Amino acid sequence: MRRRKFEELFFRSLMVLATIVVGGSFFLIVGTIFYKGIPYMNLDMITKIPGGGFYIGKEGGVLNAIIGSLYIAGGASVLGLIISVPVALFINMYMDGQKFLSNTLRMAYDVLFGIPSIVYGAFGFLIMVYFGIRASLLGGIIAVTLLVIPILVRTLDEVIRTVPLELRDAALSLGATRWEMAKVVLRQIRPGIFTAILLSFGRAIGDVASVLFTAGFSDNIPTSLHQPAATLPLAIFFQLGSAVDEVQGRGYASALILTIIVLIITVLAQILTKKFSKHKSQ
Amino acid sequence: MTQTPHISVQHLNAHIANQHILNDININIPDKKVTSIIGPSGCGKTTLLKSFNRLLDNTPDVKIDGKVLVDGENIYDPAAEVTHIRKKMGLLSQRPYPLPMSIYDNVAYGPRIHGTRKKQELDELVEQQLKAAGLWNEVKDRLNTSATRLSIGQQQRLCLARGLAVGPEIILGDESTSALDPVSTAIIEDLFISLKEKYTIVLVTHILRQARRVSDYIIFVYMGKIIEFGPTEEVLLNPQKELTKEYVKGYIS
Repeated sequence: MRRRKFEELFFRSLMVLATIVVGGSFFLIVGTIFYKGIPYMNLDMITKIPGGGFYIGKEGGVLNAIIGSLYIAGGASVLGLIISVPVALFINMYMDGQKFLSNTLRMAYDVLFGIPSIVYGAFGFLIMVYFGIRASLLGGIIAVTLLVIPILVRTLDEVIRTVPLELRDAALSLGATRWEMAKVVLRQIRPGIFTAILLSFGRAIGDVASVLFTAGFSDNIPTSLHQPAATLPLAIFFQLGSAVDEVQGRGYASALILTIIVLIITVLAQILTKKFSKHKSQ
Repeated sequence: MTQTPHISVQHLNAHIANQHILNDININIPDKKVTSIIGPSGCGKTTLLKSFNRLLDNTPDVKIDGKVLVDGENIYDPAAEVTHIRKKMGLLSQRPYPLPMSIYDNVAYGPRIHGTRKKQELDELVEQQLKAAGLWNEVKDRLNTSATRLSIGQQQRLCLARGLAVGPEIILGDESTSALDPVSTAIIEDLFISLKEKYTIVLVTHILRQARRVSDYIIFVYMGKIIEFGPTEEVLLNPQKELTKEYVKGYIS
C-alpha cells in the first residue's frame, strides 16, 4: 500500500516539476525580452528605418526588418498553402488504393520536415543562382516557402484525416464528383487550415538560416520582389553582436517586436478558427 | 414474385484484401417495397448495400466482379457513370453526417451540384423535401443556422431530406436508426413505410423487430452468402433454412 502511495506521489511531483520548468522558461524568456527590450522600445523602432548612425547607437528603427519579415513570412505562407492544399487533398482523396505510394509520400514529408533550415537556404540559393536571381525578397520567399511546405502538408494531412469517412461518403452518395467531395472536406477543415497557417507563419518569421543567403539584408524597405529585404531575426542577430550597449538593447527590443507579432498572429488565428468552426460537422 | 425487380444482382463477388466478403450473390430486389438485409455482424450486409451505389469501390484493396442491374443498366459496366448511379440512390448512414453548412444548404447541396441554380426552384425543393422528411415545421424558422445544431434525430431526418432532394428512386439505409433514441427511431421507421409509395427502400438492420415492423421482404445473409430471401412473415415466422431458423431464434448473432 505504501509503495503505491509513494509511486503516486513521486510521479505526480515529477509531472508538476516538468510543468513548472516549461511554464517557468516561457515566462523567463518572455520576461527577459521585455526586461531588456522595453527600455529601448520607442515609436521610432517600429516606424523608422535605420538612420545613418543606427549601428553605432543613433537614430532610426527596424521598420525595414519588420516589413521584410512580414512580406517573407506572409508570402511564403500564402505560396506554401497554395501548393500544400492540393498535395494534402491528393494524398487523401485520390490515392485510396495506393497505400504504398501515399505512405511513401508521407514519409518523404516527414523527412523534409526534419531537415534543418540552412539546407533549405542553401537549396533556395542554388535555385536562385540557376535562375540568375540575386539575394532578394523573391529569393527569401522561395527559400522560406520550401521550408514551410512540409509543415503545411503534414498539418493539413493530419487535419484531413480527422474528417470522418462517412462525411465523404455522404457527399459521394449524393452524386458528387471527387473534387466536389474535396470541397466539402475543405469546408470541414477550414479551422484546421488556420492552424496550419499559424504554424507555418510562426516558423517562417522566426527562421534565420533560410534567409541568410537568400533574402540578403537592406536598411531600406523593399519596393520590388528583386530588392534585398531585411528580416527581424537577422536584424536581432546583427544588433546583439554589437559592442554598443544602445545597439544591443535595440536587439532585445527587436526580439520583443518579433514576439509580439507572433502573439498577434496566434490570437488572430484562434479567433478565425472559432469563427469558421460554426458549421463544422462532428 | 410477380413484381418487376428494381435492383437485380447477378453473380456478385467481392473480395476485400483477399477475404471473400460477398460470395456469388444473386438477388432481385422488388420495386417500391421495403427490403431488409439481416444477418450477424460481419456477414457482409453493409458491403452488399454499398455495392448498390458503388461506394464499395472506395474501400482499399477491394475487388468486385459480377453484375448489379439498376433499371436494367449494369452499374459495374466500365462505361457507367458513377455520379449518375449514385444520384439515383439516397444513402442514410448509421450516424447522421450533415455537411458542414446550414440546414438549407445541406438540402440544396445535391440539387446544386447537379445543376439547379435558381433560388426559387431551390427554395421549393428544400421546403418540399424537408416536409417529406417530417422536419419542416421544426426548422422552417432557422434554415440558415448550422445543421450541426440540430439534435441527432433531426440530423438524421435532414440527411434523409438531403438524399431525397437529388430525386433518387432508391433509398439505402445502413442501420440508419442505430444511433437514435426510440422516439426518433419510430419517426424514421414511419417515414420508411410512407416513402415506399414512391421509392424502393433497402435497409440493413440487425434488429429483427425493426425488420419485421418496416419491411415487406427480408434477405438473410450469412458469411457472405444469401441464405434465404422472401416475404417478411415467411422468413421470420416460417424460415425454410436451418441457419435462418437459428438466427431468428437468436442462436447465432
